[in-house]
Amino acid sequence: MKHFGGPVLFLNRDDINTDEIIPAKYLTENTKEALKPYCLEDLKLSDFNPKRDLEGKRAILTRSNFGCGSSREHAPWALEMNEINIVVASSFARIFRQNMFNCGMIAAEVDSPTIDRLFEEFAGKETVLSVDLEKNRLHFVAGKTERQVPFILKDFEAALVRSGGWVRFAAQRY
Amino acid sequence: MGKTLAQKIFDAHLVDKPFGQEDWVLRLDRVFCHEITTPIAINDLVAQGMDRVFDPTKIKAVIDHVTPAKDSKTALQGKILRDWARRHGIKDFFDVGRNGVCHALFPELGFVRPGFTVIMGDSHTCTHGAFGAFAAGVGTTDLEVGILKGVCAFKTPHTIRINLEGSLRPGVTAKDVILALIAKIGVAGATDRVMEFRGPVVSAMGMEGRMTLCNMAVEAGGTSGVCMPDMTTVEYLWRFIGPQGEHQYSSKEEALRDYQRWISDEDAPYDSVVNLDCSALEPLSTVGYKPDQVKTIRELKNTKVDQVYIGSCTNGRIEDLRQAAAVLKGRRVAESVRGIVSPATPQVYAQALQEGIIQTFMDAGFCVTNPTCGACLGMSNGVLAEGEVCASTTNRNFYGRMGKGGMVHLMSPASAAATAVLGTIANPEDLK
Repeated sequence: MKHFGGPVLFLNRDDINTDEIIPAKYLTENTKEALKPYCLEDLKLSDFNPKRDLEGKRAILTRSNFGCGSSREHAPWALEMNEINIVVASSFARIFRQNMFNCGMIAAEVDSPTIDRLFEEFAGKETVLSVDLEKNRLHFVAGKTERQVPFILKDFEAALVRSGGWVRFAAQRY
Repeated sequence: MGKTLAQKIFDAHLVDKPFGQEDWVLRLDRVFCHEITTPIAINDLVAQGMDRVFDPTKIKAVIDHVTPAKDSKTALQGKILRDWARRHGIKDFFDVGRNGVCHALFPELGFVRPGFTVIMGDSHTCTHGAFGAFAAGVGTTDLEVGILKGVCAFKTPHTIRINLEGSLRPGVTAKDVILALIAKIGVAGATDRVMEFRGPVVSAMGMEGRMTLCNMAVEAGGTSGVCMPDMTTVEYLWRFIGPQGEHQYSSKEEALRDYQRWISDEDAPYDSVVNLDCSALEPLSTVGYKPDQVKTIRELKNTKVDQVYIGSCTNGRIEDLRQAAAVLKGRRVAESVRGIVSPATPQVYAQALQEGIIQTFMDAGFCVTNPTCGACLGMSNGVLAEGEVCASTTNRNFYGRMGKGGMVHLMSPASAAATAVLGTIANPEDLK
C-alpha cells in the first residue's frame, strides 16, 4: 500500500482537466518517471508556479470535477511521480477517479460545504494532511488550526487501495 | 419494471459483482488500442511476466495519434504497439497506409455492433455507443486488465434520457445539438451517467451524426453516449452482417428484429430526463476553455481566427467533409487564415477524392493532411502558437489543448468552413 498524506497543495478551482495536469505533448513518453517535471505545467490558476508550488507537497485539495477530459492515466502518474497519492475534492470525473484507485491511489470525495470550509480555514497556510484509512477520516492541521473530515471509501475502492491497484486485484480474481 | 439499453447490456455481460450491487465486472466484446495509452500497459504486462492477450480477435489496434511518427519517441510508441500486435497475432492492427482516427476507423470497419461492450484507453470511446453499444473510455490500467483478462469494472449504468425534440433547421448539425446540450447540463452534468439520446432528431440522423453526438458525451462527464439501434444502424452495418459479409442475417428485417433486443423498455427507469427542443437551434461555437461555454455564431461575429481545422473523431467523417466542401465550393480561404483538413480515415479520404471534395478543399486553399488525431490535441499537423485562435471541428477547447497559449473555438464543419472563408467566426448564412 502507498503512503497517503503530508503537506497540502491548494488548487482553488473547479473543472481542472487532465490536459492541465499533464499536457498531451508529454504523452509520447513511455515511462511514468519521465512525466515528473511536467506535472500541472498548464494549470490555469493565477499565481500558480508548478516548480515552486509542487515542491514537497504530498496531497492536493481542490474543488469539483477534478480530472475531467482525457482518459490519460498519465495524470495520476504525474501526481504519483511527485509523491502525491491523494487528491481531496468535492467531485471527480469518472475516468480520473477510477484511474486513481486502479493505481492504488485515493480520490477522496468530500461534500462541497466542507471543501469551502477547508479552503477558508487552511488555504495560504502550511497545512499537513494525515489520512486514517481505518476510520475513513482526513485530518488537516496548520499550526493550531485542526479539522477532522470523514470521507467515503467504498468497499471496492478500499480493496484496490489495499491490494495496490486493479491489475493485482484482477490478475488474482479473474 | 423495464430496463434501459445500458442495463440490458450489463445484465448480459456480468462476470462478477465483487462488492455489493453498484460495482459490475463485465465481459468485454472489444478492447481497442492506440499507440499513446497502450505501450505503458504492454510494458507493464511484460515486466510482470504476463505478456498475454485474452482473445486476439477481440482486440483491435491502430496507430493514430501521431502518424507517421514525428520523432524518436512517437516512433518507439508505434513500434511497441506494432511488435506486440505481431507477437500476439492481432490481425486487426492498422499501421501507416491503413490507419485512421480510431473512433472513425473502427466503426467504419464494422467492429462495433448493438449490445457490445467496448473499452479503449481513450476518453472519446463513448462514440461507439451510437451503435447501441456500451462503450467507455478507460485509463491504461483498465486497458491492461482488459487486454489480459477481457473484463472491466463499471458502476451500475444510471442513465439520463435525453429527448432531442423537433427537427434541425438547414445548416444546423449534430455538432450544434451536442454543444447546446453540454451548455445546458454542464461539463459535469452527466458524470457517472450514460447519456441516452432519443427523439425524432436522433432518428433522422445518419450514423455519422449519431457518432458526433455520442463522441462528446464525455465532455458532459458521461460514461457512454447511446442511441437505439434502428434501420439506420442496420443499413450502416449491412455490408458486414449481411450475405456479403459474415452472413449473420439474411435480411435487414431479421437484423433489425435481433437488434431490437437492445432497445430501452418504455417503462425503463431513468436517473433524470432532459428535453431539448432542437427546432430553434442555430449554429453554435464554444468560447473560453470549457466545452459548456457556448454562444451562437452570430454573437461571435468579428472574432478573428488564425487557423481553421476540420477533422478528428468528432467531425472528420465523409458527411462532415461534404458539409464543409459544400460551403467552400467556388470560394477561397481568407488571406489571414491557414486552413487544414484531415480526413479521419483512408476510406473517408478515398471517398472524398472520388467525390471531388479534396479538390474543392485544395482549390479553396486548404492543406490536406493524412488521417491522424494530430492537431486536435496539439501533437502535430497544426499546433497553435501562443495567442493564436483556431476554429476547430474537434471536441476540446481546453487551455493549451491545440498548443500552449492558443484559443480553440469548437464548431461544426459547415461553420468552420464559413469561418475559413471570412477569416472571422461565421456560419454559411453569412456568406450569402
